[in-house]
Amino acid sequence: MEDHGHAVLRRLIDAFPGALHDTHVALGDATAVVDAGSLLEVMHFLRDEAELVFEMLSDVCAVDHLPRVPRFEVVYHLYSVARNHRLRVKVRVDAASPSVPSAVSLWPSANWMEREVWDLYGISFAGHPDLRRILLYDEFEGHPLRKDYPKERRQPLIGPRN
Amino acid sequence: MAEPHFPTPPLESEDDFERDLHTEHQLLNMGPSHPATHGTVKFLVELDGENIVNIDVQVGYLHRGFEKECESGTWYQCIPYTDRLNYNSAVLANLGFCLAVEKLLEIETPERCQWLRVLASELSRLGDHLTRCGAACLELQAMTPFLYGIEARELTWDHLEMLCGARVTSNYIRIGGVKHGMPPGFPDSCRAFIAKTRELLRDFDAVVTSNRIFVDRLQGTGVIDRDTCLAYAVTGPILRSTGEPLDLRKQQPYLVYEQIDFDVPVGTVGDNYDRYLVCVEEMHQTLRIVEQCLVKLEELGPGPVNVFDPRVRWPAKGRVFNHMEELIQQFKSVTEGPRVPAGEGYTAIESANGELGFYLVSDGSAVPVKVRCRPPSFINLAPMSEMLKGALLADLIPTFDFINMIGGECDR
Repeated sequence: MEDHGHAVLRRLIDAFPGALHDTHVALGDATAVVDAGSLLEVMHFLRDEAELVFEMLSDVCAVDHLPRVPRFEVVYHLYSVARNHRLRVKVRVDAASPSVPSAVSLWPSANWMEREVWDLYGISFAGHPDLRRILLYDEFEGHPLRKDYPKERRQPLIGPRN
Repeated sequence: MAEPHFPTPPLESEDDFERDLHTEHQLLNMGPSHPATHGTVKFLVELDGENIVNIDVQVGYLHRGFEKECESGTWYQCIPYTDRLNYNSAVLANLGFCLAVEKLLEIETPERCQWLRVLASELSRLGDHLTRCGAACLELQAMTPFLYGIEARELTWDHLEMLCGARVTSNYIRIGGVKHGMPPGFPDSCRAFIAKTRELLRDFDAVVTSNRIFVDRLQGTGVIDRDTCLAYAVTGPILRSTGEPLDLRKQQPYLVYEQIDFDVPVGTVGDNYDRYLVCVEEMHQTLRIVEQCLVKLEELGPGPVNVFDPRVRWPAKGRVFNHMEELIQQFKSVTEGPRVPAGEGYTAIESANGELGFYLVSDGSAVPVKVRCRPPSFINLAPMSEMLKGALLADLIPTFDFINMIGGECDR
């Protein structure tokens, strides 16, 4: 595993030699692809390690790489206010019942963002306290940001709710 | 003497004082279009008497598939959609998106263009803060300061119109440049506008900042501390009001912010009043930045405002009509747009509400694979229930005002 001269990646590789699938630095952004099984362990380390201190989970989103296998990537953007550095962490997820461990226990900001990923991509987060749709309504069928969801698809009308 | 409408049952004995009185929690629906909130959002508030126990914030009423639309058009076609994210400060969203595309294309824009971008985005930020402070006063029943704020915002938007060609959704910032340079007479008009805005801010300050009612409604309400802010990834004036001077214009400078002299105001307590003071001071700093931009742009004089890169630059109209090559290039640019090299990039800018990020993934074609907007409105709204636990229902209004949730950006 290469650190590409990036101090954060070096630290991560030393601590978790077996948990990383890939690392790269492109256009100034450092990226680590982490095994889903050790995601929480790695995230915990990134948050609490004195040299890294990623206090902030800025963003969680997913990318659909259809027809590539594995199909989905869940992408986390971390930012350290104390050290003023960023890191992108990715987890690859298969299309059959996609699920990733939830980061809500580490950063409460993950709550809404993981709900959004569930809503729009149908990737579930194991251990999430309140995994329900957030931008769309409960009766919505399917997950619209998946590449195989046609843009023109109509949804059934729902009546008024009480 | 008239009987009360809800007479209290008489006490049967001394011990009856210990009787369990009515303590059932009540659920209250506020929204999705409530007159005291500027934004389409629904709060399902659980109340114990007048105190808030819990709030379920329900967003998504303005969801219109921003990301899906962007992922089915060309890169150019995304820019007008970004205008409609935060319609109070559209230029900032334009800027965030274009900087992210330029990162993938590895383009450096000319200096003049960068100063113009700063100028337009600071005017935009000013309009956003004026709306926030003005509308907050309105929702706290004060009409006069709202009118001062809106008058200043009108002037701001008039100048944005002079510069960009449109007041709200300007589509001004393009991949690799801006639409055009400053129109003649703009700097002088802008200086007069800055003087007038300072006057209006003074008037605003005189009626609001030490107004007893306003202070009582804001001080000590919606309090959040620094660590909770960071855990919830809250940025912008809310984080700065807790004393953390995180401003991406200083921390991770983009464009020409390194050359500009401005201060980052911070609060101490992290309540609504601090947020108000931070916003007001940021408006004064923004005016300072605009002044410096005008001086610099006058010094640079007229000249190209787009990068010379055939992938993103449209050929001059005169040549399109008379030369075959340019005609073909124009045709390709309009129908297909740039082909962005395969890769991924995340760019964050300091918008009026906090960190506005764009995460783009390209597979080398003319259509993006992924356009993710990291919306500060959405993320800043998440800890609202945390901020208001145990507070009075009336505190919800100013807290929501100073979170400044913008439906277009929150729901995308």
